[in-house]
Amino acid sequence: MSLAIRKCSSDLLSITKWVVRREYRLLSTLPENIEPANTDVDEKAPRTGRRPRLQNPVLEYRHIYPEFLPDPNPKWRNSLREKLERADMLKRRAKIDIPEFYVGSILAVTVSDPHAQGKTNRFVGICIDRKGCGLRAQFILRNVVDHQGVEVRYDLYDPIIQSIQVLRLEKRLDDELFYLRDALPEYSTFPFDMDPEVLPDGTPVPINDVQVKLKPRPWLERWERQELKGVSNIEEHLKEKDRKRRELRKEPWEKYDLMKQYRRTIPIEEQSEIWGEVYNQLQQMHVSRRKVARKRVLATPKPQLG
Amino acid sequence: MLRRLLATNTLRGFHTTACMNEVRLLTRLRVVDNSEIGKRAMAEGKPPKVICVYNKQRVGYIGDRVMVAIKGEKKKGILVGLKQKQSVRVPKFDSNNVVLIDDSGTPLGTRIHVPIPTILRTILKQRTHAKGADYTKLLGIATRFV
Repeated sequence: MSLAIRKCSSDLLSITKWVVRREYRLLSTLPENIEPANTDVDEKAPRTGRRPRLQNPVLEYRHIYPEFLPDPNPKWRNSLREKLERADMLKRRAKIDIPEFYVGSILAVTVSDPHAQGKTNRFVGICIDRKGCGLRAQFILRNVVDHQGVEVRYDLYDPIIQSIQVLRLEKRLDDELFYLRDALPEYSTFPFDMDPEVLPDGTPVPINDVQVKLKPRPWLERWERQELKGVSNIEEHLKEKDRKRRELRKEPWEKYDLMKQYRRTIPIEEQSEIWGEVYNQLQQMHVSRRKVARKRVLATPKPQLG
Repeated sequence: MLRRLLATNTLRGFHTTACMNEVRLLTRLRVVDNSEIGKRAMAEGKPPKVICVYNKQRVGYIGDRVMVAIKGEKKKGILVGLKQKQSVRVPKFDSNNVVLIDDSGTPLGTRIHVPIPTILRTILKQRTHAKGADYTKLLGIATRFV
């Protein structure tokens, strides 16, 4: 025990260093060793992208393209497989535009229908979950069609997907929106003929702070224990017993568990390696797609005027 | 803290995994066609119960044939939408939906008023044999495919 304590005190410096680095990661900044790599990128960004966002591409891209980061579980890590998968993902992205979207955005997915010859199938819905890494990245769309709640799960890199269109780009207050299954149907009803809403360049992704109302119990999950921000009327459905149990089940020490957080995330050094590998191609694709989109926007008003 | 942990331990007396939402014996279903018997059963708040699933596993999956007890009668139906987790691109519904058919596969109603999974086109075609019942008639009365 005493030995351990002595060892701790001697290693204090390294630990503090490590903690500081960790803090850096949480605060979305970088250690010094990859600063020079960013500077030339920063010069490039205003020339091409004209998107005055965060200066650091790594921190921006881990939100836009989360599936490029591997699963942090060391059991499932394999650097060669990850590399091959990234190459395949880039190849697929060269063929089809997979736009930036988040949980809470409204998407329209068109797939070619293998069950009906030569037909396509379009589904519109709110993205309630996005998970998986690499080629296995998935998202779930939810909509209420003809008063019937429907959810469809899609693979992001599914070869039979013909197009993914973002109709409304926004985020919600929570990371997963499974509570929409227990919410009133109007919160997950979206018309299939919705027009895409275009955000002006350079605006940050808006956060929709709508708070949904849940239907009375029974619920599919114990929402009261999940500290949801996007639900307004959770308290009125609870009994004294539920409140007591929620208190008992709370884990307020979780946020101080640095090791747990470390195991859940990819260290910034590995991230910078990954993004260094794919940054150029992603950036090129993004720029060329923007050019095409701008041309289209300029071309369309003519017939309307005439 | 210790007391709190102990209290949590004493509460844990049963397992709390999520339910599988399987369609098996005595599951209540929702009739989604406009057949007279189905409409009345749903309006009275007495949805049909599964009394047999015609497959080896005895668990109903999408496109499976079931026998239901509805308003004191035995009817056959086809599962056209499940709550259970589905594979990729197959829609998952908020309720277990059934369309009532007779022995020859002809639906009792004339319209289905909820979306139908498009995978049923393939499944029902496979289940239909030249001399047996023709289940693909059900697809003709569907209004919308997802």
